[in-house]
Order: sequence, then structure tokens, then C-alpha cells
Amino acid sequence: MLLFNSFLFCGFVCMISQIILDNSKLTPGHITSILVVLGAFLDSFSIYDEIIKVVGGGALLPITSFGHSLIHGALAKAESMGMIGILMGMFDLTATGISAAIIFSFIFTLIFKPKN
Amino acid sequence: MRNTKYDRIADNHKAEEDRVGNAVVAFLCGGFIGLLGEGIIEVFCTYYHMSRNEASTFMIVIFIFIASLCTSLGFFDKLVTKFKCGLLIPITGFAHSMTSSSLDYKREGPIYGIGSNMFKLAGSVILYGVVSAWFFGMIRYVIGGLG
Repeated sequence: MLLFNSFLFCGFVCMISQIILDNSKLTPGHITSILVVLGAFLDSFSIYDEIIKVVGGGALLPITSFGHSLIHGALAKAESMGMIGILMGMFDLTATGISAAIIFSFIFTLIFKPKN
Repeated sequence: MRNTKYDRIADNHKAEEDRVGNAVVAFLCGGFIGLLGEGIIEVFCTYYHMSRNEASTFMIVIFIFIASLCTSLGFFDKLVTKFKCGLLIPITGFAHSMTSSSLDYKREGPIYGIGSNMFKLAGSVILYGVVSAWFFGMIRYVIGGLG
């Protein structure tokens, strides 16, 4: 069931952004930024956590989950540290994604030559 | 005056885009990626006895690895023109934007080429993500209480 929900949710997010991309002058950069803000907004009142419970891995893949993990780590740290925890815990959960992206893209840039 | 005439002519010759088809393709491709992600999580959970959190971390790293590799081999761009948002909205698009911008500027050297251009496109995602997470986090902290 989680597999089917993942398919529906991830496909739905991609379809909505494709429709916005086709029918407006926004670029993919605008749309990803909007989706990240939307993810952070949804998680500020724990709505995105409920979505992840229902959908599973499909909700972790769209870029909305990036905003979700930023604010999720920040709030978790704020619980123990107070207001400064929002700054301390910001990258707690997204650190894997960002580090992996930096390291892999650096290594592949060194190895491969640009096409075109 | 000249511009309006130019626009009219340009509009007549613009290629007609198949918007419904694009949306369906994006839905199917994005859905397939979501399905694959959940599948990887369940495989790690059952066969390697990991917790769901560990498994989802591995899943994200795997997707980033594949996307960077495909970008640097040169065929991710062709896939993107075919599947559009289906590949750009999942985390693969984030890895793709970083790898492609650092590859494009490789010839300008390690510092001013790779170093300063790697976050050219992905930077906006991080910037607005952090600012909005801080803003909403402060609101939640002040009015909502935690826990």
C-alpha cells in the first residue's frame, strides 16, 4: 500500500509543477524554491509528518521534503536548546543529502569531461 | 510598434506544446521515482534489518549518486528534456543542478570555476529553504509551543 501511495504522491507533486511550468513564465528554479518553502510551511504545524506516515518514501523524494527536514531538525533542537536551537539544528537532517551531493558532484567533475 | 508586430509573428511560429501529455509524462515518471524510493527503503528494511530512518538516508544517497553519475556521463539532460518535471522535482534535480553547473565551469579552474559555480542553481533552493524554515520555526516557537 505504501508503494502505491508513494507512486501517487510523488507523481502528483511532479504533475502539479509540470502544469505550473507549462502555463506560466516561472522557470524550474522558481518552482523548486516555491516547493521548498511550501514543504517548510507544511511541516511548521506537523502536517508533512502525517503525509510521510501515510505515503512513506514517496514523500521523502520530492524537493518539498528538503524544506521539511530543515524545519524538522530545527524544531527538534529547539525543544532541548531553546530559541538558539533553531539555528543549531537547521542542517541536522539534511546534512546527508547536501554532503552527498557536494562530494559526488565534486568527484564526478574531476573525473569526467563536460559534454557539448 | 515593431515589438508587437514581432511578437505576433513569433507567436504564430511557436511550436505548439502538448501540455496534457507533458503533465501525464511528469506524473508517470515522478510516480515511478517515488515507487522506486519506497521500494529501496523496504528492501533495506527487510533484508538488511535497518530502521526506516537509516534506510531512507541510504535511499536518498543512492538517488543523488545515480543522478550525479548520469549527469556527468551526459545523458541526464536528454532524459530531462523528455520527462521534464518528473526528474527535476525529486532530489535527482538537486544533484543534477549541482553537478551540471560545476561541470560547465570546470575549465575556469578549481576555485573560480568549480568552487564558486557549484551552487549556482542549487543555492536558491538552500537559501529559500533555510530562510523560510527559520521564519516558520520562529513563528512555531513563539506562538505554538513545541512537542
